[in-house]
Amino acid sequence: MINRIFAWLTDGAHWQGSDGILRRLVEHLGYSLTAVIIAALIAIPLGLYIGHTGRGRVFVVNLAGAARAIPSLGLLFIAVLWLGPKFSGDIAFLAPAGLVLIVLAIPPILSGAYAGVEGVEPDARDAARGMGMRGPEVLRHVELPCALPLIMSGIRSATLQVIATATIAAVVGLGGLGRFLIDGLAVRDTPQTASGALLVALLALAVDMVLALVQRFVVSRGLTGRYRTAQTFDSDAGVTPPAPALQHSA
Amino acid sequence: MTWLQDHLGDVLDLTVRHIYLAGVPLILGLLIALPLGWLARRHRGLYPILIVGTSLLYTIPSLALFIMLPFLLGTQILDPTNVIVAMTIYTVALLVRTVADGLGAVPEAVNQSATAMGYKRGRRFMSVELPLAVPVISAGLRVAAVSNVSIVSVAALIGVAQLGSLFTDGFNRAFMEPIIVGVISCVLLALLFDGVIIGVTRLATPWQRAGKASS
Repeated sequence: MINRIFAWLTDGAHWQGSDGILRRLVEHLGYSLTAVIIAALIAIPLGLYIGHTGRGRVFVVNLAGAARAIPSLGLLFIAVLWLGPKFSGDIAFLAPAGLVLIVLAIPPILSGAYAGVEGVEPDARDAARGMGMRGPEVLRHVELPCALPLIMSGIRSATLQVIATATIAAVVGLGGLGRFLIDGLAVRDTPQTASGALLVALLALAVDMVLALVQRFVVSRGLTGRYRTAQTFDSDAGVTPPAPALQHSA
Repeated sequence: MTWLQDHLGDVLDLTVRHIYLAGVPLILGLLIALPLGWLARRHRGLYPILIVGTSLLYTIPSLALFIMLPFLLGTQILDPTNVIVAMTIYTVALLVRTVADGLGAVPEAVNQSATAMGYKRGRRFMSVELPLAVPVISAGLRVAAVSNVSIVSVAALIGVAQLGSLFTDGFNRAFMEPIIVGVISCVLLALLFDGVIIGVTRLATPWQRAGKASS
């Protein structure tokens, strides 16, 4: 079985062309990153606002929890049946799939953002106020930098989920790596299905490693250094599982 | 909503299947994650390996896992066992870290007191560390429960019947009502699981309520 998967993956013909692996990889990455970026543009400002002011916290926590419970497949079908007729061409399927992935990505990013700001030490906030900073300045110069580790972990867990879920876009006829799963299933071509699964997992891993690097550059060394002296384990191995950011949904 | 009235029996039947496919893996996953989390805590060298290893499992798309498992397990593609195993893998992936962190949050002084009182390692784990870690583990279990209910619906694509079958059925006939009924049932089911876990956690941690009542 492993030999057959290897043979499928190393066959040059499977990599090229309009239905080749490279094209599908780019499509998959395109869907996923677009969705995560749009979700971040919505969720980060909202999360920062909630964390900073404490307003609407209960409402948003519950909304995020409920959004998590919505099955992506069902939402995708509803979106296609509802939005599909309103657009023409590829957009008729791209818009619904994008919507589903954005809905999926918002809760983890939102929880990361508000939990990050809420978790800022009151001393740091008081010190900033004592230095004469006003609300927005405290948010920009103190709360945002201190919240970055949790914001990044929210973005990373959202990205992992979106990349894994973007496979179902193929169910409604879109591209992406899900094509290999759906087409492989349709014709019982197991090596193709397995290769598709492997490629999705590898893509998720690679993107997470890039985000781990980004995190290293954007998070202040003062923060990471301090966290490491505590008892907490900080595995630098590159992958942060979805668990920590997700837990804040409770 | 006439469709729902006509098909109430079918929907209930699918709901029961959904509860089975999403619920059993929660229990199995917890039973597997407990020793793994304990190991990760006990041997610090194992922590990154276990945490990274199990979280990698979470990056496998559910659809891929549902399709691949029959070949790995030698089961039929329509066998619900595939779904149970797949969901158990996801539950373990989410819970190992939670269990390890929950056990890690038990104050060292408490552990030392228990040892001083004569608790051997095994008994200390069962009657001191584990109960104190319940709130953290329960938070992780709630996340796993909600995500299980949602992911199980994808199994409709490979033909295993549960509430997700309403999605594929409705989509194939371009008929919205079954899909909406399915989505709402899934959300309600997630709420039900959440409520059960909260209830069990309350029963398992009576000291938390005692503290609140006296303060």
